[in-house]
Amino acid sequence: MGRYVLGRLGQAVLVLWAAWTVSFVILYALPGDAVEVRLGAAASDITPEQIAALQADYGLDQPWFTQYLTQLGHALTGDLGRSFENGQSVTSLLLENLPATAALAGLALILAVVFGGGLAVLANGVRFRWLSRALLNLPALGVAVPGFWVGLMLLQLFSFRIELFPAIGNDGFSSLVLPAITLAIPTSAVIAQILAKSLHSSLGEPWSDTARAKGAGSVRVLFRHALRNAALPTLTITGLLVGQLLSGAVVAETVFSRTGLGRLTATSVSAQDTPVVQGLVLFGALVFVLTNLAVDLLYPLLDRRTLQRSTRRVARPAPVEVS
Amino acid sequence: MTSTAASRNLTTAPAVDGSGDRPSGPVLRIRGLTVQYRTRRGPVPAIQDVDLDIAAGETVALVGESGSGKTTTALAVTGLLATTAEITAGSIHWQGQDLLALGRRARRAVSGIGIGLVPQDPTVSLNPVKRIGDQVAEVLLIHKVARKAEAREIAVEALRSAGIDHPEVRARQFPHELSGGMRQRVLIAIALVGRPALLVADEPTSALDVTVQRQILDSISDLITEHHTGMLLVTHDLGVAADRADRVVVMTGGRIVEQGPTGQILSRPEHPYTRSLLEAAPSLRTSGIGSIRRRVGSSTTAPILHAEHLVKSFPAPGVGHHGIRAVDDVSFALHPGRTLGLVGESGSGKSTSARLALRLVEPTGGTVRFDGQDITGLSAGRLRVVRRRFQLVQQNPYASLNPRWSVAQLIGEPLRSYGESATVARERAVELLDLVGLPTDFEHRRPAELSGGQRQRIAIARALALRPDVVVLDEPVSALDVRVQAQILQLLVDLQDELGVAYLFISHDLAVIRQISDDVAVLRGGRVVETGSTEAVFTDPHHAYTRTLLEAIPGRGRV
Repeated sequence: MGRYVLGRLGQAVLVLWAAWTVSFVILYALPGDAVEVRLGAAASDITPEQIAALQADYGLDQPWFTQYLTQLGHALTGDLGRSFENGQSVTSLLLENLPATAALAGLALILAVVFGGGLAVLANGVRFRWLSRALLNLPALGVAVPGFWVGLMLLQLFSFRIELFPAIGNDGFSSLVLPAITLAIPTSAVIAQILAKSLHSSLGEPWSDTARAKGAGSVRVLFRHALRNAALPTLTITGLLVGQLLSGAVVAETVFSRTGLGRLTATSVSAQDTPVVQGLVLFGALVFVLTNLAVDLLYPLLDRRTLQRSTRRVARPAPVEVS
Repeated sequence: MTSTAASRNLTTAPAVDGSGDRPSGPVLRIRGLTVQYRTRRGPVPAIQDVDLDIAAGETVALVGESGSGKTTTALAVTGLLATTAEITAGSIHWQGQDLLALGRRARRAVSGIGIGLVPQDPTVSLNPVKRIGDQVAEVLLIHKVARKAEAREIAVEALRSAGIDHPEVRARQFPHELSGGMRQRVLIAIALVGRPALLVADEPTSALDVTVQRQILDSISDLITEHHTGMLLVTHDLGVAADRADRVVVMTGGRIVEQGPTGQILSRPEHPYTRSLLEAAPSLRTSGIGSIRRRVGSSTTAPILHAEHLVKSFPAPGVGHHGIRAVDDVSFALHPGRTLGLVGESGSGKSTSARLALRLVEPTGGTVRFDGQDITGLSAGRLRVVRRRFQLVQQNPYASLNPRWSVAQLIGEPLRSYGESATVARERAVELLDLVGLPTDFEHRRPAELSGGQRQRIAIARALALRPDVVVLDEPVSALDVRVQAQILQLLVDLQDELGVAYLFISHDLAVIRQISDDVAVLRGGRVVETGSTEAVFTDPHHAYTRTLLEAIPGRGRV
């Protein structure tokens, strides 16, 4: 178990470093100097000496590997630099915008698991084939419909027509509902698809028949036997979907005019505010790595075989013999 | 819960046999049972007009090949028919109660506690994420015959009587921590923990090694004798039926063609189908196919394939620096035009040995000589030139043929990969179809349109496309029905006579090995324990393990 945890932790650190490095390389290779971008139209009024002074201030006059190592050193101590836009520390900018987005993504994830999981269970539990088929077609629709369109439709219906929820802003729980639903729909659709498929194959496994032969009813077979097995691939996908929630927040926060990391991403990318963008990439990677680490650590609790596979890598070339 | 199931006093005395309460008359009485499957092309009949009785304590073997309807019959009895199946006529009476007239809930009350099921493949029949003790206890909890703590104790006892060592410890383990044989014992415990009046065993040992098979069947026999349980034993293996059943029922094409006391069916079969089954059953045959063949090869010529001191180890923590030795100092020699049988149980290293000899797996030690040339250290390019001369036929013809290719493409592929033109490859494919006894118009078919036996013929034709000197056959008939098995074995012998090819024949089935091999090497735990001519090994085995293997063959000594 100890080795399993250590291995997963090592992988997590590696992924973080790689994400940071890749984002550094891409942003470095982009055309356009960040200082010029920041000064914008005013650049013509400023002397080359002033530009050079600014560049020296941000360390942009250094060769790329010096920049890389310095920034990496700072990043390791938690200093992600300052925004080109307003000079604010990137770390504080991230922390400032985090709670709004965390609340949004958190609620969206809960909704996605509840709706997606519920749909999958229902589709496999109903006795009527036509109903099951109809339910199984819903997720495809959820994946296909673009997020911003759903957001706009929800706004139209619940904010303008029946005025149930506020249209924009960060004002308490009621303002959270519509963007969270917008964000949850594609995520819940994926969860529903994966879980429904895994449940379906679990219910067709010989061990499900063993349970039926014991006299177990369909509800018992579904919840006590199939669900836990089917949860395993779904858990993996859910870990990956948390990353998708963050990128989805860009759209949801823009459509609903909320502040948060998504909006911050949109504005800093368009302003080519390199340190902020890089800070956001690193943060995204951190969230991704942490959720997948959690998933990896949860896995052996659900299925002991995972533990065995990772600690005892025995190649078994001999095929299972069937007579 | 039905009155019969409730009347058995399980909660207070798990060890007490409840058979005293049972009404007289058959435990199972099937009359005129007809089942069809709904398909897109309309209903397809699966079984028709099946009549079958099982008395208390009686074992009835239901024998037939795949597609005979024996499994459908068993599923109908256990209530596990697929949703596409439809019972159109007939009745199934269990303990005098019409099961088909019961509602969903009442029918479920019979499952598990009135009728137990031992399924076919123990490796996939236990829930992988639940502890085995809980899986046994669940039967008692579902039927509310015991409370949780009590059910757990009864489960441990049931595991013990099913032959599980240290049942208290094992009960807390997960299925993957147990061997296949142990898992089947768990499933036996599940089937019998509720003291059912009827046990349905659907090919209970087909997935197990022959020595384990015997132990498992012994356990089932002991338990059902002790509790006077009736058993419907579904099997494709006449040997198993001969050893275990009081009566044998033979099915083919969805109908029962013959039934009667075991001795009578085996010694005086009346129906031609029963006779053909008996003739094809390898374990019941006295003479091998080899006895009718013209001998081509001689063991005095230089071996075409010579493996010396082969070793293959796999790394594994806690087993020391060298890891697990799957193959440990294995040597064998295959002479031109002859057949060498490699026989052993799962994990014996027989498949790995053959793969080492083909250099499909890199050996850790030892040498392989092909036609005098040492191929152990050959580079990939040089090896490819030699590879033309040895080919492989795999175990499962359902998995070894690309489903999207036509038969002509499949057979011609080795030729094309060695640079022949598409036209030549096609012509040769048609010739080969003829050679393996298939109609030449099969060339346009896809694997899905072929039966298992036909697929294996295609695989053999593909292996012969390059006119190899050696063909390695890895369990080539294990996935096939007994009569198809016999046909394929005969085909292999005929091809050997005609082409002079040498076979390295891998099988777990001694009876099959005996029919086809000139020489035999018996493997156990990665080592060769005995080697010699087939005649010598089978009539005068020297190693104790070989004797155990021979004694475990079902149906031995019945005919």
